Amino acid sequence: MDLKLTAEELAFRNEVRAWLEANIPTDWSEWREKPLDESFPYLRAWQRKLYEGGWAAVSWPTEYGGRGATLMQQSIFWEEMARVNAPPMANALGLGLIGPTIIAYGTNSQKERHIPKILSAEEIWCQGFSEPNAGSDLASLQTEARLDGDHYVVNGQKVWTSYGWVGDWCELVVRTDTTVSKHKGLTVLLVDMKSPGVEVRPLRQMTGESEFNEIFFRDVRVPVENVLGKVDDGWNVAVSTLMHERGAYGARLVLTFKSNINRLIELSRTVLRNGRPAAQDPIIRQKLAQCFAEVEIMRVNQLRAFSHISATGIPGPEGSIQKLFWSELNQRIQQLAQEMLGPYGQLLAGDPHAVERGTWSYGYLRSRGNTIEAGTSEIQRNIIGHFVLGLPRSY
Amino acid sequence: MEFGLNESQEILKESARKFFAGECPMAEVRRLTETDTAFDAHLWAKLAEQGYTGIIFPEDTGGAGLGIVELALLMEEAGRALLPGPFFSTVALAGSVLLAVADAAQRRDYLSAISRGEARATVAFLEASASWDPADVQITAVKGKLKGEKLFVPDAAVADWIIAVAKNGVFLVDPKSGGVRITPMRSMDLTRKLYTVQFDNVPAEKLGEVSGISKAFDVAAVALAAEMVGGMQRTLDLTVEYAKTRKQFGKPIGIFQAVQHQCADMYLETESARSAVYYAAWGLQENTFDAASSVSIAKMYASDASRTVGNRGIQVHGGMGFTWENDLHLYYRRAKASETAFGDPTFHRERLAHLVIEAGAASA
Repeated sequence: MDLKLTAEELAFRNEVRAWLEANIPTDWSEWREKPLDESFPYLRAWQRKLYEGGWAAVSWPTEYGGRGATLMQQSIFWEEMARVNAPPMANALGLGLIGPTIIAYGTNSQKERHIPKILSAEEIWCQGFSEPNAGSDLASLQTEARLDGDHYVVNGQKVWTSYGWVGDWCELVVRTDTTVSKHKGLTVLLVDMKSPGVEVRPLRQMTGESEFNEIFFRDVRVPVENVLGKVDDGWNVAVSTLMHERGAYGARLVLTFKSNINRLIELSRTVLRNGRPAAQDPIIRQKLAQCFAEVEIMRVNQLRAFSHISATGIPGPEGSIQKLFWSELNQRIQQLAQEMLGPYGQLLAGDPHAVERGTWSYGYLRSRGNTIEAGTSEIQRNIIGHFVLGLPRSY
Repeated sequence: MEFGLNESQEILKESARKFFAGECPMAEVRRLTETDTAFDAHLWAKLAEQGYTGIIFPEDTGGAGLGIVELALLMEEAGRALLPGPFFSTVALAGSVLLAVADAAQRRDYLSAISRGEARATVAFLEASASWDPADVQITAVKGKLKGEKLFVPDAAVADWIIAVAKNGVFLVDPKSGGVRITPMRSMDLTRKLYTVQFDNVPAEKLGEVSGISKAFDVAAVALAAEMVGGMQRTLDLTVEYAKTRKQFGKPIGIFQAVQHQCADMYLETESARSAVYYAAWGLQENTFDAASSVSIAKMYASDASRTVGNRGIQVHGGMGFTWENDLHLYYRRAKASETAFGDPTFHRERLAHLVIEAGAASA
């Protein structure tokens, strides 16, 4: 056990730091408040710049335009990005989830066709997994693909698709065999979102925005060469994407949480509660300390998970608790912000009395989705119970 | 950066686990809980033979010269086995205080005797106020003599030396000298006995200043938190095993999500406490900038977690979990005692709040 950075890690950090210092845009603070559809071209341009510097996907192998960075280097990279308040990259799902799945399962021509455009943000990717009747029980999905000559014909509906509104391509899970058990008849297709018969509709969520979409497929023709992995082996391909979803993403979330708890501590110095700064209220102090401690534990759990994966090559037991941990913690952090703000906590962006332009009222509502998206807390507990502790499957 | 254990740390942990399983199985733990002191001289000699009684002491005092991470790993395994007796009091607590405040000659004399297994020691700190703040200590040494009463002193009846923290310094007392009265306190944890110690003008040797004990108490807090992690792990293991074998409605109860989710939460709490403890142990060892806040995080989280893990474990065991015969209550009792020792979660949250709000440790 040695938590100091190695000479190699230090060199990597210095390289990232130097590049960012020279290239970080100075006007992000003006753009970050704008709706995502307005700022999206800005984020695309930023990703393009990172791509040209070779920083768009540090974790990917070098032959695919990455740097083959270790998990620890990835974590250093995101830490440096957070240190300078760098804007996010536009093609988040393409870089984080779908690109790695294509690298693992794709044919050479699929890799050549898609990987460079994922990196450069020329083509944005979305993920077509959940359906109205297939949420936690994803494998029961019904969107159907029927073989017709050298094309699949896709019919069905997807829901909760992030980036659907701006997606050029979609990693779509479909049913190709209805006669076998539900996990066996699935296939993953790479679908051009400009194909005739694809209709994207906004899905308005409880925050009032539409981060997600519903996508309807009506007789959409997808060439057979766009099958990712093997036909009827889509479950394994999809699970590989989900693993990425629950894995490296955590490293970036730690930084967001760290920044949120530090903002909350700052806020406690100025916001008044019972006539004095909240920071002097013993109950608020207890709760701030509890949240600060749990963010630290989330960070340390992540470091331990990284070491475990680096040593064994497989995500360790530590990894499976992260999703459960962060989603419930964020709800507690947001509730604490509400408690500190009292009646001001409910004020939305645009109200002249709103604190910090309504970010905490938004955060409170948005965090309600955290224990549902990317695998509900119930499903995470089932996974730990069955796959980690070896308890019998409950369903 | 490497968070995993290195090879010698793995070996230490593995061999400690085997040692405790062989030398201190549950039947032996049960036997010792029924005794007045929970101390067994034969077992103590074996702990010394393994080098455990000198684990963190410098080699020139006969110790193994290992670090706080190694101490935490050993305590974790001791906690898993529910090792009764004065190991924590002597090595992690009194040993750390001696290391932190005593002069070179005192360290050599006292630590080498502890390393060889020839002496045991404890620390008398709390008074009637039950405050962990050294500023609240009332007892004072006058002309080299101590007078007053300490409460909640662990393992005092089997200690060869009692280290008393007074207003004007840290003092070492030989309990066999006249004027020391040791009385058992009837308390929940049957494996670590507590005592009141009354000093009536007892000659006391000054070891050093009170300001030196904070680092030593941080080591003790992390050692105790590590012991709690071992206890949680054992509670989790027993509970998962029970959920797989106990049948109701014709099925193992572990198939029901209400039971499974309790186990999943026990796992999350155990692993998170373990991460926090290892990180704090490393921070203390390396004197990192966030060592103090990490200790508070580890102690508060492990204290809350070991209580809730105990609650969940007993709940899953149903009626069986509420019996004297089942081992879970022995862990549950110790968890409660350890929760309050060296600052309960409320104490450590306030300490952490002070560190991050007033002292600016938050930006890390």
